[in-house]
Amino acid sequence: MTLANSVKGQTVCIAAIKHPMVRAQAIRFGISEGETVMIQEIIPAGPVIVRKKHQELAIGRKMAEDIQITLVS
Amino acid sequence: MTTCHGAPIKLDIGKGEKKLVLAGNPNVGKSVFFNHLTGMYVDVSNYPGTTLDISHGRYKDWVVMDTPGIYGLSSFNDEERIARDVILQADKVLNIVNALHLERDLFLTRQIIDTGVPVVVAVNMVDEAKRRGIQINFDRLQEELGVPVIPSVAVKGKGLKEVEAALPQACIGRVNTELAAEIDKLSQAIANRGEALLALEGDEGIRAAYGISQKDKREEIYLNRRECVNEIFQAVVTETTQGANFSTKLGYWMVRPITGIPILAAVLYFMYQLIGVWVAGDVVGFTEETIFQGYYEPFVRGILTGFIAPDSIVGQILYGEFGLVTMTVTYVLGLLLPLVVAFYFFLSTLEDSGYLPRVAALTDRVLNYVGLNGRAIIPLILGFGCVTLATITTRLLASEREKRIAIFLLGLTIPCSAQLGVITGILASIEPGFVLMYVLIILSILIAVGMIMDRVIPGRSSDLLIELPPIRLPRLTNVLKKTGIKSFAFVKEAFPLFALGSLLISVLQVSGALDVLQEALAPLTVGWLGLPKESANVFIMGLVRRDFGAAGLADMTLAPYQAVVALATITLFVPCVASVLVIFKERSKKEALVMWFSTWVIAFLVGGVVAQLYARLEQVYLTVAAFTGLMALLVGASMLFSRRKADVTAQSAPCCHSEQ
Repeated sequence: MTLANSVKGQTVCIAAIKHPMVRAQAIRFGISEGETVMIQEIIPAGPVIVRKKHQELAIGRKMAEDIQITLVS
Repeated sequence: MTTCHGAPIKLDIGKGEKKLVLAGNPNVGKSVFFNHLTGMYVDVSNYPGTTLDISHGRYKDWVVMDTPGIYGLSSFNDEERIARDVILQADKVLNIVNALHLERDLFLTRQIIDTGVPVVVAVNMVDEAKRRGIQINFDRLQEELGVPVIPSVAVKGKGLKEVEAALPQACIGRVNTELAAEIDKLSQAIANRGEALLALEGDEGIRAAYGISQKDKREEIYLNRRECVNEIFQAVVTETTQGANFSTKLGYWMVRPITGIPILAAVLYFMYQLIGVWVAGDVVGFTEETIFQGYYEPFVRGILTGFIAPDSIVGQILYGEFGLVTMTVTYVLGLLLPLVVAFYFFLSTLEDSGYLPRVAALTDRVLNYVGLNGRAIIPLILGFGCVTLATITTRLLASEREKRIAIFLLGLTIPCSAQLGVITGILASIEPGFVLMYVLIILSILIAVGMIMDRVIPGRSSDLLIELPPIRLPRLTNVLKKTGIKSFAFVKEAFPLFALGSLLISVLQVSGALDVLQEALAPLTVGWLGLPKESANVFIMGLVRRDFGAAGLADMTLAPYQAVVALATITLFVPCVASVLVIFKERSKKEALVMWFSTWVIAFLVGGVVAQLYARLEQVYLTVAAFTGLMALLVGASMLFSRRKADVTAQSAPCCHSEQ
């Protein structure tokens, strides 16, 4: 399952991020592999907005397709 | 601009002096600290990435430097490269972190500490954190980091004195010992510990500059640092439950398409009503006609006629048709200034509120079609204010490819506020059908050119990854200050260019060269575009400033279709001198030249095609349909003939994709 086909309201765990550059940026933002985030909003065919604590990030659709997740709840 | 491959550059600012550098993530309030320390005002805004230039000032015997907001030290984009170069040369760093986002912000803090520079940490916005139920143990944080930690609420002036008092106590924090050992090993090759650290972390520019070939350890170091930050965070922060307040909810509504699109439409409509209707009509009517043409111009003429004959050469240049002290002053102060002030006021409000990144998320999908991502909406909207400024802002785009597309689209299709004011003025006086025609022509060019560039330029654009800052009520003093500064900068920049433009036209007119040029251009203007031959003036003026050209159109009597053809051509025509200079600065000479000539070709081609279509079809909607059809064909053809893109990511090569 990837971040791109998650559903709004789900809490998911980041399992794997494909590209090294994206991975590095994700570590900085604190959403690296193993972190848990909430799917705040999914803009149809557009970015996925994830939330971790008080921080919100908009992640482009293509990038979201490269992020593997596992469902937490 | 930094060097091509992001090799570290040595800055000239504060050479041989002690440097205090302010660093932090975007939106943490660095600029407020900067103002407090140096007593100088810099741009303060709520959009990630507006401090692109390095502001610097003095504090006691220190040179204080501000840096763009960054999430880490590296060279993922231009902003980071600039910040990296400044921070690595610091003698002391004041790191400002956001109390709301400690978990994220401390990553940079730890990274800066690892470079071995003395640091003081200011934890800002503690009031907002408290309201949201975030408790921070500052003593423990100080212990964990090993550097002074001071809480503050900078915008309210709280904690600024304490931070100032702590600056002399800045010290080297608790560095990661394993990393320090690795850095020691490299110290033979790289004297600067910070640069050595970044070389280990795989910073391409620094590795290339020092010829480091051993495998980088970015992933390992980053994960390690992240783990360390998470531990610190767990130890110092306790959170109580938090409910979604109104501003959080408003933030959601802004990105959810079903509410977000109406909100965006409402914002744009309000902007049009405010700037396009009220300011461009009522306010400008008063300033331009009543004040400047009614009082100022007759007054100046009255004085000057006593000294210089009105029909002498000097007289014509000074206060003739395109007079330096009459028309230039009226245009800049009476017509353009009110428009520019209104635009910057509106934009500053949006910037301060945190709305713009949400627009970026909302429009990401659409911008993907023209090879850009949501981030590019910022320069594109800014372009409606000032294309020159917007061109500089394209630096926040991640890849060269996106910068190229965005800069060209800006120069070609986006009319700036000054021009827009004149354009809406002309369009308001003709039938709605023709207004639609103008809008569709420009829009279809934007889409077609964007799509074709996306197809033809090698590589793939980067994906959106943007932080959505909390929605805040803009602070009026901040908005007004920013509006004032930007408007003043506009007048300062526009006046000489305008003066140059009118001087050029006056000289051409007085010397009779204007008639010759008009005749020479007649096949183009009269034959191809179907305009009166005087329209040549407009294009000559448009070379200097596009709005200057558009303003010239307002004084000509044109049939509605002629007005549309002329407006479309002048909109697409070359950007103003200032923008062109910036394009040459931002891009290579060759590329800038290609862009500049392309705008000529496209402008006259489009204007001519529309004119010719209308001459044959004699009907507005048919012409529009034919034109957009033609554009669709063009795009379709380019899709067919250019190869399909392999699924490669542009992320891996953030700099220098192809020819420079």
